[in-house]
Amino acid sequence: MPWTKRICAVLALALCGCATSGGNPADPLEPFNRAMFSFNDTVDGAVLKPVAQGYRRVVPGVIRTGVSNFFSNLEDAWTCVNNLFQGKFEDGAEDLGRFIFNSTFGLAGIFDFATGAGFQKHNEDFGQTLGKWGVGSGPYLVLPILGPSTARDGLALLVDTQTDLVFRIDGVPTHNVLYGTRAISNRANLLDASSVLEAAALDKYSFVRDAWMQRRRNLVYDGNPPRQKEDEDEDSR
Amino acid sequence: MKTMKNQIMKNRLLIFSAVLLAGVAQAQDVAPDALVRTITQDVVTVLKQDKDIQAGDPKKVAALIDTKVLPHFNFTRMTRLTMGRNWRSASPDQQKELISEFRTLLVRTYSTALSSYRDQQIDFKPLRAKPEETEVTVRTEVKPSGASQPVSIDYEMEKTPAGWKVYDVKVGGVSLVTTYRETFASEVKERGVDGLIKSLAAKNRQGDSAKSGKT
Repeated sequence: MPWTKRICAVLALALCGCATSGGNPADPLEPFNRAMFSFNDTVDGAVLKPVAQGYRRVVPGVIRTGVSNFFSNLEDAWTCVNNLFQGKFEDGAEDLGRFIFNSTFGLAGIFDFATGAGFQKHNEDFGQTLGKWGVGSGPYLVLPILGPSTARDGLALLVDTQTDLVFRIDGVPTHNVLYGTRAISNRANLLDASSVLEAAALDKYSFVRDAWMQRRRNLVYDGNPPRQKEDEDEDSR
Repeated sequence: MKTMKNQIMKNRLLIFSAVLLAGVAQAQDVAPDALVRTITQDVVTVLKQDKDIQAGDPKKVAALIDTKVLPHFNFTRMTRLTMGRNWRSASPDQQKELISEFRTLLVRTYSTALSSYRDQQIDFKPLRAKPEETEVTVRTEVKPSGASQPVSIDYEMEKTPAGWKVYDVKVGGVSLVTTYRETFASEVKERGVDGLIKSLAAKNRQGDSAKSGKT
């Protein structure tokens, strides 16, 4: 529950607190977001990134893949429910198949046999379900530690957290170890992406924001978003 | 006699122009999806074989991109699209500088991304376009190892007299042009076109010092 409370507090702060408008219409909370972004960046540079780098240096690739697969398998259950919420029954059936197959033959998800057997992995969460139901993304929002999000996705995260299977496993110490391991594993998977970001971005904050908003829109439309006006040649006007 | 000679000349001319036309047609006729497939496979073959690149040798990666990839990009259109309305407020000299700095930045970014390539499988999606179309999207998908979702890489391409050229790349639905557009716009708004050129140049130099600092 503490996660829930913390997220609520941040959302409340972000939504009512400092609604001063910056330049970008999709980012009215820019001053708050920038502060949170630089806080996250500092924490990442001081703790998460070095730990993830150490993890990648010390732990053999096979084991890292196993750990990553284990958490990915737990996600598949909630992905399945979200696909059903969105009326995508075939995808949902595929997710369920993955979850059952990998949980048993794949030894609690450590091995991913389902992908090889033709069950494709999907990326779904409650934020995407809300998007599919017609809820707009709302303003861009940077959450503490968790990073880029939007008003809609931040609220949806409350639901995602409640249904998190790691959350269902008994015992506080076990929880904390699992949460920690998942965070490190996820960060380690992003090490290559973050070095590309360092190479690419003139302004890291706006680069992440503009990439994130496109990425979420793409996910809501499952890879086929309708063209937006900005996509057209502006110079031909 | 004379007519015979003329006939031979005519024939030669015909053959010559036919060969010439065939050459031109060949460059134009490579279908966009076939082009993407060939380039990708060429690059992946080199990446898999070259130990220096696997060890992260930036010069070799840059050389690979220079010879294999860059000729198929239209950087002028890419820069123009990213600049949007501000393109016209830039002088021809500024435009030239913008294209060159943006190109350097993209090559650097691309080099970093390629250095982290292991042996992910790449799928090529069938092209959904009519033959007369001059703008198409070529879709590919990279399957990472482990149980993660494949990442789509889409190439926006246009038909030019010199063959098909890429003018935008979308990774997981994130367009390179769109992502840079906001940054470019706010730089121009705050510091003008020259300010943006300076920022790009500084970013490119910073990459140099970071790289030489590491080795």
